[in-house]
Amino acid sequence: MMSDTILEVKELKQYFRLSRKEIVRAVDGISFTIEKGKTYGLVGESGSGKSTTGRSIIRLYKPTGGQILFQGTDISGKLKADEKKFLHTKMQMIFQDPMACLNPRKKVIDIIGEGLMIHKVCKTREEMEQKVYQILDLVGLSKEHAKRYPHQFSGGQRQRIGIARALVLEPDLIIADEAISALDVSIQAQVVNLMKKIQKETGIAYLFIAHDLSMVKYISDHIGVLHLGHLVESGSVEEIFENPIHPYTKSLLTAIPVPNPRVERTKVLHEYDISMLDCPYTESKRIYIGGTHYVLGTEDEVEKWRKE
Amino acid sequence: MEEKELILSVKDLKVSFKTDNGTVKAVRGVNFDLHIGETIAIVGESGSGKSVSAKAVMGLLSNNATIEGGTIYYTWNDEYTGEKKETDIVKMSGEDMQKIIRGRKIAMVFQDPMTSLDPTMTIGKQIMEPMIVHYNKSKAEAYKKAVELLKLVGITDGERRMKNYPHQLSGGMRQRIVIAIALSCDPYVLICDEPTTALDVTIQAKILKLIQDIQKQKELSVIYITHDLGVVAKVADHINVMYAGKIVETGTTEEIFYDPRHPYTWGLLSSMPDMSTESDTLYSIPGTPPNMIKEITGDPFARRNPYALQIDYRLEPPMFPVKGSDTHKVASWLMHEKAPKVEMPETLKKRIEAMKRGDK
Amino acid sequence: MEDYELKDFEFNENDFELVGEQVDITKDEVEPFHPGWKDVVKRFCKNKGAVAGLICILLIVCLSIFVPMVSSYKFDAIDTASANIEPNGAHLFGTDEYGRDLFVRCWQGTRISLFIAVVAVLIDVLIGMVYGLVSGFFGGILDGILQRFQEIMNSIPTLVILTILLTVMKSSLFTVIVALMFTEWIAMSRITRAQVLKVKEEEYVLASRTLGSSSFRLIFREIVPNIYGQLIIMSMMTIPNAIFYEAYLAFVGLGLAVPQASLGTLINDGFNSILVYPYMMIIPAIILAILMLSFNLCGDGLRDALDPTMKER
Repeated sequence: MMSDTILEVKELKQYFRLSRKEIVRAVDGISFTIEKGKTYGLVGESGSGKSTTGRSIIRLYKPTGGQILFQGTDISGKLKADEKKFLHTKMQMIFQDPMACLNPRKKVIDIIGEGLMIHKVCKTREEMEQKVYQILDLVGLSKEHAKRYPHQFSGGQRQRIGIARALVLEPDLIIADEAISALDVSIQAQVVNLMKKIQKETGIAYLFIAHDLSMVKYISDHIGVLHLGHLVESGSVEEIFENPIHPYTKSLLTAIPVPNPRVERTKVLHEYDISMLDCPYTESKRIYIGGTHYVLGTEDEVEKWRKE
Repeated sequence: MEEKELILSVKDLKVSFKTDNGTVKAVRGVNFDLHIGETIAIVGESGSGKSVSAKAVMGLLSNNATIEGGTIYYTWNDEYTGEKKETDIVKMSGEDMQKIIRGRKIAMVFQDPMTSLDPTMTIGKQIMEPMIVHYNKSKAEAYKKAVELLKLVGITDGERRMKNYPHQLSGGMRQRIVIAIALSCDPYVLICDEPTTALDVTIQAKILKLIQDIQKQKELSVIYITHDLGVVAKVADHINVMYAGKIVETGTTEEIFYDPRHPYTWGLLSSMPDMSTESDTLYSIPGTPPNMIKEITGDPFARRNPYALQIDYRLEPPMFPVKGSDTHKVASWLMHEKAPKVEMPETLKKRIEAMKRGDK
Repeated sequence: MEDYELKDFEFNENDFELVGEQVDITKDEVEPFHPGWKDVVKRFCKNKGAVAGLICILLIVCLSIFVPMVSSYKFDAIDTASANIEPNGAHLFGTDEYGRDLFVRCWQGTRISLFIAVVAVLIDVLIGMVYGLVSGFFGGILDGILQRFQEIMNSIPTLVILTILLTVMKSSLFTVIVALMFTEWIAMSRITRAQVLKVKEEEYVLASRTLGSSSFRLIFREIVPNIYGQLIIMSMMTIPNAIFYEAYLAFVGLGLAVPQASLGTLINDGFNSILVYPYMMIIPAIILAILMLSFNLCGDGLRDALDPTMKER
């Protein structure tokens, strides 16, 4: 089993110091694992720390505490040069905003080929260009597109360029940080299909960060629900959707808008407020439910929630 | 359906933008009606012209935009004589627009609650200001009303909140304030331009519910502009599906969701993963929306349409009424009697059947 | 609906056949290629004021280069016999109290003013921009120190610096440049830092970071190309300031030493006899005004042409 794990996050903590007195605990001790070739969906609302988690893993921030094991290597501390190279090539990120994630002053070919040149994967420019053309083809864009600037593309196309940039170094894990939330529904489906297709072909693993549960359900194998920096519930898609236990998960699930007027109009919302808990997250434990299903809470709470 | 009074009627509205690269025909002849107390939705992708249409109604188009044709009739009862009046918003001057329509008759809620509030003013001031300007209310009156409004939008400690600045509030709170401001002059029509896209799902649901409740209390007519079919399913009575500056399908919510006829609507509905999607790939509409700078011949959707007919490349389809309904109309040559019988995709059919049964 | 009139349409025979398999449109069309700078030039040319300003600047530059070279008079040649001559055919702008030809002197002075403009831009770029880039990009303690230093520098009045300088140095062009160096870069470094802070958190910079780009690469490949528009505008705007600054120093008597001329010293000299020989002051003042106006117009035009907020849509 261990060998199948590609990323293991243990008690990750990421605090930000705003001033001398104020510290924001964006991520406060979360643990999860991602298996090879699988997709882990991380859901939560804004401010839950889901994007921070992704950025800490790829080391845009220096984690305050905890451990991140990527293919067995600890990447949470100070990195040596070869560890840096390993991290920067084998783990990649897709960003949220298709308008902002591409440098407007660079041609597509230079954007996608950047990683190849930095890590000297390609010796010559011709080699790099060949590689970029291949990747462009994979994401459904053509050679002609390579010489253009980002502002000449539509949102969906730009997101595909973003995916191409992440793919070009043949990584083992891609962190997709709200990669589709800024796109139109019809384009979302295109991008998600593309991501699935690539996963099938290359066996890549995704950490899919989103607030849209319906897409997460569709693309993920495992789901973690984040709230205020804590992983309140985690498990396989079936476990979470068939048997949600934590009240926050329930409130998220009922809030998803369903394209069905008859259901949508009669739906009762599950309201959730942190004050409904008996004890704060920091004092709760991860309680095992069954399978891969865990819930954050106290024994009594979980007992109560299960009865509801 | 009982006959309700018409409040807003948009006929053949055409809007274009001048840009460096040419003229963009953003809206190419849009028709829709809004009745008192009704909720309609305009659904479409970004760039379909849905926001532009709404801005035209508000008279808020940017400087490089021109209304090339069409009428926007607004019907209202005069405050003093009580007689019924009808005005064409397109012909109104900017000044009249400001005095008579904007804010007082039609108000708008924008997508991003952060940018639609003034960060340098307390929210109390921002709610009171339109009342003082439009109705010459005294400060005390305005203050009283503002607190009431805050209560209406679900903010109970209004008196205290009045002194807050926008950045001190959460996103959902801010959107409530924006709604309160929009309601401050007792408008008859509320236009919500993607009111919840910038918000979290849990808050989204609450805001929608709030707008619905207020609508019931105040007999508001609401226009939703959104790309989210889930939102539409929850709130709308009547749906207009917009594509490339035109409405391609219009009908009641039931008709659009359970009996869609236009291939674009099929695409939209099936590209949304619902909770039961099991198939391996999601259906997606291929390609991207057309570039509106170019002259479009025929049906703009033809190139992306797997059911395109030869005629689609030549002539733009008119609105065909669907048999057995006076509300449901579709702009597709597939509706012509000579057209081959085309069924909606199998997966969508199954899904609609499941939806009708009412399972999740 | 009324427009449902099928009579209006003419139908072909094959009209109602399915097209069937369509061309592969996942590879969709995109707009033809427009390089960004072409748009900039186009937009700049639309602005009449900016174009007029640019033409004026070019004209003035040419005159200031060639007039002193080809003229039969030298700018510091004293000829007391022909002192205080009003403008005429031989002396286009007249002569001053020592009989020096003002036409040559004016353009010579413009030369100095333009030279100072160039130096100001260089100082802006070399000191201000680098300072701002480093301070904004690396942040943290370094940023703190650099910012405090800059605030201290900014709090000392320029005139005080210059007066202190004059106690150790002669009043010369070099002194003016040193004085400029003390203060001129501050505004630029501030703008640069603010821009860097804004761009630094953009997703494309983060993306480059996740690819393992070095700081050098991040700064010069990702950040600078996206802020240089602002920086060009900013340095354009400092030009009139610098020119005026020199003129102002000259006017209060802290500028160049005689017999050198700058627009400032010319105006100062002319001011002494403004009631008798108004042309001595008015002509250089007009040149100065035109020069500054042109630079301002040009800078405005450039800002509108480069402004990224106008770029979208």
